[in-house]
Amino acid sequence: MSEPLLSACGLAVRFGSITALDSVGAALWPGEVLAVVGESGSGKTTLLKVLSGRVRPEAGHVWYRAPDGERTDVHAMPLPMLRRLHRSDWGFVEQDPRQALRMDVSAGGNVGERLMAAGARHYGHIRDEAARWLAEVEIDVARIDDKPATFSGGMLQRLQIARTLVTQPRLVFMDEPTGGLDVSVQARLLDLIRTLVRRLGIAVVLVTHDLAVARLLAARIMVMQRGQVVEDGLTDQVLDDPRHPYTQLLVSSVLAA
Amino acid sequence: MKGYNFAYLDEQTKRMLRRALLKAVAIPGHQIPFAAREMPLPYGWGTGGIQVTAAVLGRCDTLKVIDQGADDTTNAVSIRRFFARTAGVATTTRTAHATIIQTRHRIPETALTEAQIIVYQVPQPEPLYRLEPSRTETRRMHALSEYGAMHVRLYEQVARYGQIAISYDYPVMVNGRHLMAPSPIPAFDNPKMHRMPALQLFGAGREKRIYAVPPYTDVASLDFEDYPFRAGRAPHACALCGAQASYLDEVVTDDRGGRMFVCSDTDYCASRREQAP
Repeated sequence: MSEPLLSACGLAVRFGSITALDSVGAALWPGEVLAVVGESGSGKTTLLKVLSGRVRPEAGHVWYRAPDGERTDVHAMPLPMLRRLHRSDWGFVEQDPRQALRMDVSAGGNVGERLMAAGARHYGHIRDEAARWLAEVEIDVARIDDKPATFSGGMLQRLQIARTLVTQPRLVFMDEPTGGLDVSVQARLLDLIRTLVRRLGIAVVLVTHDLAVARLLAARIMVMQRGQVVEDGLTDQVLDDPRHPYTQLLVSSVLAA
Repeated sequence: MKGYNFAYLDEQTKRMLRRALLKAVAIPGHQIPFAAREMPLPYGWGTGGIQVTAAVLGRCDTLKVIDQGADDTTNAVSIRRFFARTAGVATTTRTAHATIIQTRHRIPETALTEAQIIVYQVPQPEPLYRLEPSRTETRRMHALSEYGAMHVRLYEQVARYGQIAISYDYPVMVNGRHLMAPSPIPAFDNPKMHRMPALQLFGAGREKRIYAVPPYTDVASLDFEDYPFRAGRAPHACALCGAQASYLDEVVTDDRGGRMFVCSDTDYCASRREQAP
């Protein structure tokens, strides 16, 4: 646990005159869940895209430590290697599952895609593995041949999680995984993510605007405002005893049910 | 024919086509863009194939044109006549006598030789196009050899039909590297492409792509370990020549359910009947 799995320093991104990221640094250790919170436009999603290699920063570096201990610069590695990482060791859970899923391909095919991309060529094995992962995310295995178009919003999101975790990634990026779901479905999904992440020891970078989600899932939290990290630390510490005025505002603006 | 260059196309166009063909042969299965010309027939009738044929045709060549295996359908007859008029080359319906065979939807039953070139008319050269709408992305997938998505399509077939039910344009891996659409030939013909002694050229006129499989190149149909590729054909013998192993067309003979199965390769069927006692 001495070396971080993913580390970043001095990240800067500007869109025209708008500063999306301003010398942001972060570190994530294996098996750890890091939440990034902040209001809309604070640079959370941009940070996630930069960390996952999807957007190139104007300054700064992102380092990833491979299982063999080799440290590589995410933005300097060749495209085939980055894409291979995204298909195997990494996962990305989108806010809208429709962006990640193939809507005209059955649930089983969606889960099996990453296996087939990794070279699995035995139909029986792929199908067994897909069925196992559907059960894992509490989707009825009888629906393995149904198209995602017939699934509810919560089921779609769980299907996306199954599809992402099927290759047993070490690092998963999640962009508002519970956004757009109603409260009871959200609770069930959070419970599922927490169980799976703990059991499989996956490291997660979780972007959310919901402090309750951060508190439930994450051990550490980063609070962002206008492209800068204004406060970071242990989740309970930051949320119970916020020091920065902006964090105090965030915590106090949560509605108590 | 007066006023036209040999084989209709001007020499500069043929030069451009030949350069594309050379590149295509150098990278088996890789699609090479080319500037397809307007041809005196509509897109979808073989504008790609006819341009490739024009580019490789010489004065001593003998041309055969087949459409769905037949030498006597409109498309085959008019393309054959087109080259007979514009190039003055000899034409034939005999597979063994031809040096260049332009084809739509079939590979002849008679095995081809090193002395022959087969030119396929291709409507859709991109095997990934139903899976990935962006051509920029499919090019990247080809470049990085990322073909997992194609197996998703096969997975769907097995999940839905219990077998891989793609009966034509069955995707193949060429030389272990490039995924290729073999044009809409029946899956039955796919094994004939594997290590074929003849040069195979593919022309897609509307999509403006040329690709090729050089002689003796490995061509493998995609499949699963537990669902291997099977070349299907109708389980009948040809009603005319009695062939047991050729690809058959089903012909409806009346409106009371009468039907017969005959060889789709008319030249193969006719020569078998001639040889029979």
